Amino acid sequence: MDPLILSRMQFGANISFHILFPTITIALGWVLLFFKLRYNATNDSAWMRAYFTWVKVFALSFAMGVVSGVTMSFQFGTNWPGYMQHVGNIAGPLLAYEILTAFFLEAAFLGIMLFGFRRVSNRVHTLATVLVAGGTTLSAFWIIALNSWMQTPAGFEMRDGVAHAVDWWAIVFNPSMPYRLVHMLLASGLTVSFLIAGLSALRYLKGDRSESMWKALRTGVFTAAILIPIQILAGDQHGLNTLEHQPQKIAAMEANWNTGPNVPLVLFALPDEAARENKFEVAIPDGASLILRHSIDGVVPGLNDFPGNHPPVFPLFWSFRIMVGTGLLMLAVSWSAAFFLKRRHSLPKPLALLMVPMALSGWLATLAGWYTTEIGRQPWLVTGVLKTADAVGPVAGSHVALTLAVYLLLYLLLLIAYLGVLVHLALKAAKDGDTSPLPGVMKTAMSQPAAGE
Amino acid sequence: MTYDWPILLPLIFAGLMGLAILIYVILDGFDLGIGMLFAAAEDTEQDTMIAAIGPFWDANETWLVLAVGLLLVAFPLAHGVILTALYIPVFVLLVGLILRGVAFDFRAKVPAGRKHRWNRIFFLGSLTASLAQGYMLGVYVLGLDVGPGGMAFGVLVAFCLAAAYAAMGAAWVIYKTEGELQKKAVLWLRTALVLTALGMAAVSLATPFASPRIFAKWFDWPRMLYLSPLPILSALLFLWLWRQTFHLPRPGDRHALTPFLMLAAIFALGFTGLAWSFYPYVVPDRLTIWQAASATESLAIILAGTVVVLPVIIFYSFYAYRVFGGKATDLTYD
Repeated sequence: MDPLILSRMQFGANISFHILFPTITIALGWVLLFFKLRYNATNDSAWMRAYFTWVKVFALSFAMGVVSGVTMSFQFGTNWPGYMQHVGNIAGPLLAYEILTAFFLEAAFLGIMLFGFRRVSNRVHTLATVLVAGGTTLSAFWIIALNSWMQTPAGFEMRDGVAHAVDWWAIVFNPSMPYRLVHMLLASGLTVSFLIAGLSALRYLKGDRSESMWKALRTGVFTAAILIPIQILAGDQHGLNTLEHQPQKIAAMEANWNTGPNVPLVLFALPDEAARENKFEVAIPDGASLILRHSIDGVVPGLNDFPGNHPPVFPLFWSFRIMVGTGLLMLAVSWSAAFFLKRRHSLPKPLALLMVPMALSGWLATLAGWYTTEIGRQPWLVTGVLKTADAVGPVAGSHVALTLAVYLLLYLLLLIAYLGVLVHLALKAAKDGDTSPLPGVMKTAMSQPAAGE
Repeated sequence: MTYDWPILLPLIFAGLMGLAILIYVILDGFDLGIGMLFAAAEDTEQDTMIAAIGPFWDANETWLVLAVGLLLVAFPLAHGVILTALYIPVFVLLVGLILRGVAFDFRAKVPAGRKHRWNRIFFLGSLTASLAQGYMLGVYVLGLDVGPGGMAFGVLVAFCLAAAYAAMGAAWVIYKTEGELQKKAVLWLRTALVLTALGMAAVSLATPFASPRIFAKWFDWPRMLYLSPLPILSALLFLWLWRQTFHLPRPGDRHALTPFLMLAAIFALGFTGLAWSFYPYVVPDRLTIWQAASATESLAIILAGTVVVLPVIIFYSFYAYRVFGGKATDLTYD
């Protein structure tokens, strides 16, 4: 196989694996801060038990995110040297700022947040939690700025085939950046709320009715129920932004071949790029025009306007539908769960059973969404500036294939181990309930043995 | 040569990158070293050793991200050349780092029966990552394009760097623990020192013969005179440290941190020698730092941020080390 497609598969595999964990840590940091602040305000130890269950998930997810992120930083050079050669002047500073302002902040205070309870005062510990949560979010800010710049580049000029920065404000806040950032932060919030709700539902099913279970369950369900409608709205706005700046992506997402008014919303189809038509199409008349132009005779761009210059239709059409479908399911599940928790103060067993696998719904939707936007950028690496094929390195296909195989195996095993630990932690928490030993939270630091003592 | 920004900025960034690599090698050196020493430690000792590095390893590894990041953002051409040439060793390094990093967390969270498995993975990951780094160093010194002889040299350096990391790990254990484990660590240090000295001598001998340019630079009077303190000082430090291993631990735990500081100084001396030999090249004999550098305006904006942020990073890193100062105790979340 040729190195281009193998390198794309490898980078895709790495970044897919990587994004699972930041998606958790970005929002989980804030949830942990919430648990902690509730404890500080109420002195109710159940909040602290919830904190200690979930801080372990945070620590593990953070480690998985770090090691897979280190891999990414090397892969820019090993697989895509052309990327930095052409747009390094833009991408470089954004990545540098991510490392300097976010990575060190997270990593340095993570130690205090995880193991510092007996060593610093409660106030400093809360501050460490704030800094770690802030660091993860700042990291998302910079990397989304770079990714969005690759989608909708702005604020630069080309000199001898190399991009040079002209306006940093325009580069960072490029046209799609605010939309993508909001969409991703909300995705992270939803992923975490469904994860917490799902694992708490597992505890519920195991008969755990402890206060810490209820607190985690309510936090997860209510956060999800609040965030999902906001996310649907944000996603819609993001779509309109894409329509304006990357119409070929929208055309592929909707599997719409010809530009025109009254475009139907295709619910099911097998897009056939060779024949340039949809097979087995099921569609709602005028639906796409209505959604994208807010009028039934709104003109929607078609793929035939972009011959040889549009992304592959089949994966885009389907990954987009998986994301939207998962989102709608999230809406239904979180609202019903919120209803039962609010009105009945209990969960029906079938709903709880459904919530357990839904713990991973955020991952599914996030991956599907990223596939939509990243495959949707093809054949470009940086829209209109650099083609993916022109950035790939001179490494032999066999080397890429070998390493890809090992990465895939490794990631599969790590994923199994990770999910195993999540279930193990939930079951352990269910068994301990409210009887787990109280954490040593105190207002002031414990006296420390001095060095050399 | 006039000192204007297009000349100065790549120079500054080469210095920053060198600093980041040196800090990484010293800090993650002891993490990786402790990982390798796992093989020689008892179960309870392993927990103490993990407690000695648990709160720090994440931040330590971030220096590698900064070093690679600086190579990537300041010298993008060199990043591509070096990392494509070292494709397989980099891959091995990454697999090692992945396994080492996740094992830290898994070993503490899996059901008790599975802990052994993750301890073994922690050891293997640390060993693999150390060997890969040493191999990359050896091949880089020889100019990246190497035949079987160069590969053999890479393997030699791989074992010696691993030994050097083990020495760092042992020195850190001496600092962070007491009792039997501390005594054991002194023996580990003594063994590892021999291999470390051998490795540094090997790299030092090979470097001038790797390229006539470096040979000329080394054996050119009077520059030879300026360079001579490096090997002499390193040798003295080695000998002194070797003697120390027969007296540690001292009463009242005096000098517990000294071996670590001495080793860090030796690393810094060796690193200075390498930097001096290769300057001004970032890819040996192929790309100078100016040929490989990013555009001046991009470097300037990174530098502006670095000048502000780096002191803050160093400040709070020290704070984190202070919070977990003293002898390592049980590492718990509460």
